[in-house]
Amino acid sequence: MLSVKDVQKSFDQFLAVKKANLEVEKGEIVAVIGPNGAGKSTLFKMISGHLTPDKGHIFFKGKELVGKAPYQICRLGLSMSFQIVNVFNRLTVFENVQVSVLSRMKRSFDMITPARRVAVQETREILESVGLIDVENRASGSLSHGERKVLEMAVALGANPDLLILDEPTAGMAPEETVATIKLLEYLNSELGLTILFCEHNIDLVFSFANRIMVMQQGTSIIQGRPDDIRGNEEVRKAYLGGTH
Amino acid sequence: MEPDDHSRFKWFALVVVGLVTLGLCPYFLPRFFTYLLALILVTGLVATSLNMALGFGGMYQFHHAVFYGIGAYAVSLMLIKSGLPIVICFVAAPVVSAILALLMGFICVRLSKLYFGMLQLSLGSLVWILVFRWYSFTGGDDGLHGVPVPSWISSVTGSYYFTLIVSVVSLIIMYIVLNSPFGRILQAIRDNSERSESVGIQVRRHQLVTQVIAGFFAGVSGMLFVTVEGSAFPDLLSWTLSLELLIMCLLGGWFTFFGPMLGAAIIVSLRTMVGAYTEYWTTVLAIILMLLIFFLPEGIIGFIETLFKRSHASPGEDL
Repeated sequence: MLSVKDVQKSFDQFLAVKKANLEVEKGEIVAVIGPNGAGKSTLFKMISGHLTPDKGHIFFKGKELVGKAPYQICRLGLSMSFQIVNVFNRLTVFENVQVSVLSRMKRSFDMITPARRVAVQETREILESVGLIDVENRASGSLSHGERKVLEMAVALGANPDLLILDEPTAGMAPEETVATIKLLEYLNSELGLTILFCEHNIDLVFSFANRIMVMQQGTSIIQGRPDDIRGNEEVRKAYLGGTH
Repeated sequence: MEPDDHSRFKWFALVVVGLVTLGLCPYFLPRFFTYLLALILVTGLVATSLNMALGFGGMYQFHHAVFYGIGAYAVSLMLIKSGLPIVICFVAAPVVSAILALLMGFICVRLSKLYFGMLQLSLGSLVWILVFRWYSFTGGDDGLHGVPVPSWISSVTGSYYFTLIVSVVSLIIMYIVLNSPFGRILQAIRDNSERSESVGIQVRRHQLVTQVIAGFFAGVSGMLFVTVEGSAFPDLLSWTLSLELLIMCLLGGWFTFFGPMLGAAIIVSLRTMVGAYTEYWTTVLAIILMLLIFFLPEGIIGFIETLFKRSHASPGEDL
């Protein structure tokens, strides 16, 4: 479904991603791990079109993504949830998700129908599935950090993606919020068939949840494989896990 | 009746009462105040069109007056020089403004925030200097006076009713647009353009369409100004007027629909009253701006809305 080939990105003199390779198959949950500064977020931003790689190729469902704008990539079925909560602060929770649904339904230039009557059912279904229906009329700026992270994900889901990219989905969440989020992602994957690519610092969570894991170090992908293969890999132990797993 | 419907009905009733009152004004107000009301409606309409791009679209629309002035000049020149039927002149003027907004917007929407505003200011100043210096066509700094407006709208009462009807229709259209899916997405772009793009929205195209709509209604206001005043002059395109319009939006509430109209009513009334006593009217404007920044950052209606929400919020709920 997604294929990243020898992608490179530098900022001025700093080489953030040297050579990254990644494969994601339909229906998989794939994790990208690596220490801070390994280039995970940069890689995700290149996949979603927010950054353009200096070199390399990114294919999604057989189509080249390099050079495409984020809105074009989203319309191909790839949606991203950001590490730092990136929602529409003056809009309510309902409106946040509705914007994404309206865009997907190609109603962006409908200037006549009252917005309160459009995409209501679809928006509420998403809010119910993520557990935000009770706060749908609250301003998104007034939510707790955990709720805002979930809203961030709900906005990405509004685009009805085939592949959902999550940049540290549980960062800053309380333990119970983390458990709920993982349950939600498992549900999205198993029941709705959503393919998920995510990066995460919580290693236990990654090994319990991901089908396959890609390890990045200093801007380079050093291995991609099943959790057991990653655990047993000497290079990964030295580079990242420090022999703890 | 649902609570939402009830609230909507109350607003509808309030608007109807307001409109009936405005319709009766010429019968009990002196001529000068009828004229002043027409001027408030015209200025309020251009401020509302500015707020479409500024408060709802998040675009730093620093030189909106240029579309207003071009609308006024377009209708004046057509009435003076072309001999076209009046209806065509009245319709063509906002279209000219919309085309200018399309051309300027096409260049400006490539930039964001402050850079957008500075570029618009530069391009708008170019248009202003052209109007200011082109004596043979625009009348230069003298402007165009004695525009042959038909008799049925050249009287104070006639121009007032014409302004009232066109303003109300324009406001209704803008209200519908801003409450449509288009308007909702516009507000999302205002809040976070990067995020909007990542959910599949073509941000620049949306902004460009907004520029055209806002420019069109500024042109409508310019056309109305000519029916009220019978003239057009370069000050209508000046950046100082653009600044005044910005202050009207901020004063009334730039995240609200009716805020700019309220801001226009206050500023136009104050300018008329204070201007009768002193030529240093802009000092009063500066003081208003300072007070606004410190005490009412979301404007008068924004402040009232916050108070209203706070009084209706459930215990423990943040706003």
